Amino acid sequence: MDITLDFGGGAEVLFNNIKKRELKLDDGTKWTLRSFLQYMKDNLLTDRLELFMQGESVRPGILVLVNDTDWELLGELDYEIQPKDTISFISTLHGG
Amino acid sequence: MMKFKITEVVVTFLSRLYCNTSLIMVVLCKANCGNKGVLKRPKTSDVLCKECFFKAFELEIHETITRNKLFKSGQRVAIAASGGKDSTVLAHVMKVLNERYSYNLKLILLSIDEGITGYRDDSLETVKQNRDDYQMELKILSYEELYGWTMDRIVEQIGRSNNCTFCGVFRRQALDRGAKMLEVDCVATGHNADDIAETVLMNILRGDIARLRRCTDICTSGGEDSIPRVKPLKYTYEKEIVMYAHFKKLVYFSTECIFAPNAYRGHARAFLKDLEKVRPSVIMDIIHSGEQMRFKDTIKKQIRGICQTCGFVSSCQPCKACILLEGLNRGLPKLGIGKKSKGDRMKAQQDLEKLHRVKNDF
Ligand SMILES: [Zn+2]
Ligand SMILES: [Zn+2]
Repeated sequence: MDITLDFGGGAEVLFNNIKKRELKLDDGTKWTLRSFLQYMKDNLLTDRLELFMQGESVRPGILVLVNDTDWELLGELDYEIQPKDTISFISTLHGG
Repeated sequence: MMKFKITEVVVTFLSRLYCNTSLIMVVLCKANCGNKGVLKRPKTSDVLCKECFFKAFELEIHETITRNKLFKSGQRVAIAASGGKDSTVLAHVMKVLNERYSYNLKLILLSIDEGITGYRDDSLETVKQNRDDYQMELKILSYEELYGWTMDRIVEQIGRSNNCTFCGVFRRQALDRGAKMLEVDCVATGHNADDIAETVLMNILRGDIARLRRCTDICTSGGEDSIPRVKPLKYTYEKEIVMYAHFKKLVYFSTECIFAPNAYRGHARAFLKDLEKVRPSVIMDIIHSGEQMRFKDTIKKQIRGICQTCGFVSSCQPCKACILLEGLNRGLPKLGIGKKSKGDRMKAQQDLEKLHRVKNDF
């Protein structure tokens, strides 16, 4: 399953400063945002864990959107990722 | 019996629909426009589509401006522009509202260059982009030209422990100086609801009653001679500012200052974000608490006057910026940090040493 991952508002600095990337997820399993966050933590995160996550979710102040829709409308961690989804992480915590 | 059957049919139909759309939930916009909702507003929990969100967001700022009479027709208004999300959104929205509601304001971007290599360079590029996108005049004022010191050189002198004090004090005054140079009637800053709630909390934690008293004011003015500051985004949530910038594809700069971040403020911020997760209205609740607080008459009210050395607004003589500057120029950079009596002793000590040196030279 191909998906696009993008970062904004400073969240990119936690992920090697790469703003946008294409990913291929293993088709054998069902992916939720919960399991995807674990995947990101294990494979993509380059900065300190506590700057990105709190418990099994993202740190408060980091917004998550799927195809430009607030994940709060999609079941948050339980959302099941679909092929061609664009998942965005935008930090509100950086200076303005 | 019939009832059961109908329910069954509905359930079967729904479950099929569910399978076909592979569990994608669609929540419609609360404004009944028929569009798909894209976000839940933290302030009201309303689900809105992009277009209805833009309208609501802009309308609320317009209402804040008109209800509080922040501007008058014909005024020159400087927008304090850092290149960050808040000031970029402020500049954009001010331009939109100024045209839509005929405020008849002359908007000018005012940026301060602290002289931090690798930080300000990039954010100033963003501000220049704003200038071109919004066709606004831009004035960039540097610490170098105002004070003769860049932040890079100040940090060389004092290290990274008190640099935020210098930077903050100098920036506040730099805005006043810039506003005077540009001959504007007021300066609009990008402080949002989250910032103000955080400041209320910080002032309570520090016991800073003078600041607590005025930090929720939407318009602050130091007296007749000073140029007022206004906060049109006072009631606008940070989440919505970021969403607005994202959906409108506004370009902004987002890196923390490369010098030591303020750890204490960081904790207050994290605490607030944690509370907000559980109860989004906490931001408005804290602002409301700050606004409603009353202070005992026995608490000395800070009188804000004019610094006799530099002529800008200050509540002490000379102002903090002048003290810090004197310290830097004397080679006693710690002069303005901590108590005034300690600073006076340091100065006296230095003067004494100088006197001795002169004597020994003979
Ligand atoms: Zn709508
Ligand atoms: Zn002064």
